[in-house]
Amino acid sequence: MEILIYGIINSVTLVLMALGFTLVYGVSRLPNFAHGALYVVAGYLTWIFMNRLGLNYGISILAALIVTCLIGAAMYQFVLIRVRGMPISEIIASYAIGLAILEGLRWGGLKGSTFTLPPFIEGSVEILGVSVDFQRILVVFIGAFMMIGLWVFVSRTRLGLALKGMAQDERAALTLGIDSDKMAVVAMALGSGLAGVAAVTLFPLGNIVVEAGYNVLIMAVAVCIVGGLGSWTGAVLAAFLIGFAQILTVVYLGAHFQVVVALIAIIITLVLRPSGLFGRQKELEERV
Amino acid sequence: MAVDQKDRRKERIDRGIKVRSDGVYAISSWLEISYLVAPRLLFIVGLLAAPILLLPVPYWQKVLSIICIYSLLAISFDFLANYVGLVSLGGGFYIGVGAYVAALLNMKFNIPIFVTIPVATVVGAAICTVVFLPCLPLRGVYFAIVSLMFPLLAARVIEALDIFGGTDGIVGVDGFSSTWIEQYLLIIAVLAAVFFLRRMITEDVGLVFSGVKDNDQAVKASGINITKYKALGIFVASSLGCFGGAVLSHIYMWAGLSQFALDFSIIPIAATVIGGGGTLIGPVIGCLILVPVSELLRDFGTLRIAVYAIVLTLFIVYKSEGIMVYASRKYEQFERWVSI
Repeated sequence: MEILIYGIINSVTLVLMALGFTLVYGVSRLPNFAHGALYVVAGYLTWIFMNRLGLNYGISILAALIVTCLIGAAMYQFVLIRVRGMPISEIIASYAIGLAILEGLRWGGLKGSTFTLPPFIEGSVEILGVSVDFQRILVVFIGAFMMIGLWVFVSRTRLGLALKGMAQDERAALTLGIDSDKMAVVAMALGSGLAGVAAVTLFPLGNIVVEAGYNVLIMAVAVCIVGGLGSWTGAVLAAFLIGFAQILTVVYLGAHFQVVVALIAIIITLVLRPSGLFGRQKELEERV
Repeated sequence: MAVDQKDRRKERIDRGIKVRSDGVYAISSWLEISYLVAPRLLFIVGLLAAPILLLPVPYWQKVLSIICIYSLLAISFDFLANYVGLVSLGGGFYIGVGAYVAALLNMKFNIPIFVTIPVATVVGAAICTVVFLPCLPLRGVYFAIVSLMFPLLAARVIEALDIFGGTDGIVGVDGFSSTWIEQYLLIIAVLAAVFFLRRMITEDVGLVFSGVKDNDQAVKASGINITKYKALGIFVASSLGCFGGAVLSHIYMWAGLSQFALDFSIIPIAATVIGGGGTLIGPVIGCLILVPVSELLRDFGTLRIAVYAIVLTLFIVYKSEGIMVYASRKYEQFERWVSI
């Protein structure tokens, strides 16, 4: 029972971490390796707004999310747009930006356990004999809400449909008057916002530390690759696969192996089924 | 790209001695010979003289060794990325494997240092090649991601299984008997690597390599096994890294998890981007600039990583050709403004 409940929670956590990454990659084919840095930045900004500026928790979360969106958009508009279409340069540039942000924050004093966010609701509850705190339950609800919200957004709104069009066929979208660079900026902003949402939901469970940035990046990449880059159903499914595999290894092998699972999942997937669980044929050509 | 400014443009003309293609020259005087030989001689003699020039400052002699190790990695990155078409972000893996193999041989079997280094180079490269073998069909971004995972994975596995000394590493490896041997071994290795690879890419093997990079389907269609050539490329590149790792473990007299660290993956890439990819000498120049800078910034802790991440971003976005390509263009061509 414990395995089932914590497996679900862990899986939804992974979904939250990976949503932003897969959105950006799906729309603009840009592997945003600064994803982890944006995640940490959102958590840190919330902390600053709350403790330095004395804002209310809800308002500081909102402000932090908006600022993170702007950072993401600016990153694309001023830097990444110049290396569009050169996959390796995209990776190196975005990774370097992320590295600069994370290590800059670490240098600026983001370490130790002083930086914590309070949970939204205190306390815990027993579900089927397993005690779970409210924050973790909220994680599941927020995760589910984001998944459904994102699905409604891309299939019901004009902007969402434009993004979807870009993701499916950039050239065709261009002929229909969808500005690909504008859409990429929007996607970047949204993706950063999603990283921010993940951050404010997950950071109350622990400290705000720089290492979280690297972990989130590895997890997001793992989920997206196993699921097929850019495929949202695949990402969700992969998150559940890796999430449960991790909980199982923690229970039966020990906590050391948690990250090893994700890394091995990446390698096995790429070697055995390079397009991922739900990758399409076109992607296979790109990969092999 | 010519800069159009109203009614004039910049014209670039090759100097007279260059004939048709790269590497073919028509020389008719000592001046022209010296024109060709001088920059190469400057590079070789400069590197060879460096330990003597740095004699008064022993600390910077140590830095020179580190520069050479990073240079080897950067050369191997450049070779793989620009001549074989595999972007390998796993430099730390080569170093780590080399270091651990050398340290284990030295500690467990008491093999002397001048046997462990060559053995670690070959065995380590073989291990790296076998490990990378299943990933070789992957291309571009996907190979890059997998190769980035390997050093992380190796470190975690050693930590989790508590093998090879676990988090403490292997302590008490033999050191070099003198710093001269250590430094000249590394410097000669760097020079040999640069000139060996430069020769190799113009041979038949090199042609196949660049074919694999540019159009692997065409190479396949001519009945050549591309996986074999990719494996060969990995072997050559990882042997450079493993050599560096083996020497490193003997310099520090220690092999540990930090030899799988991200530093060994990031700095060589940064050096290649800054120095100029595809030139093989560029990466060495990049290391000569970057590593001392990062040593100077050592007092600022992790700020140095942030600094070279920013430098890397600026270079890749605004000056992606790198120093070496830029400099050799300026050196080999006349530039003048002509009116249109």
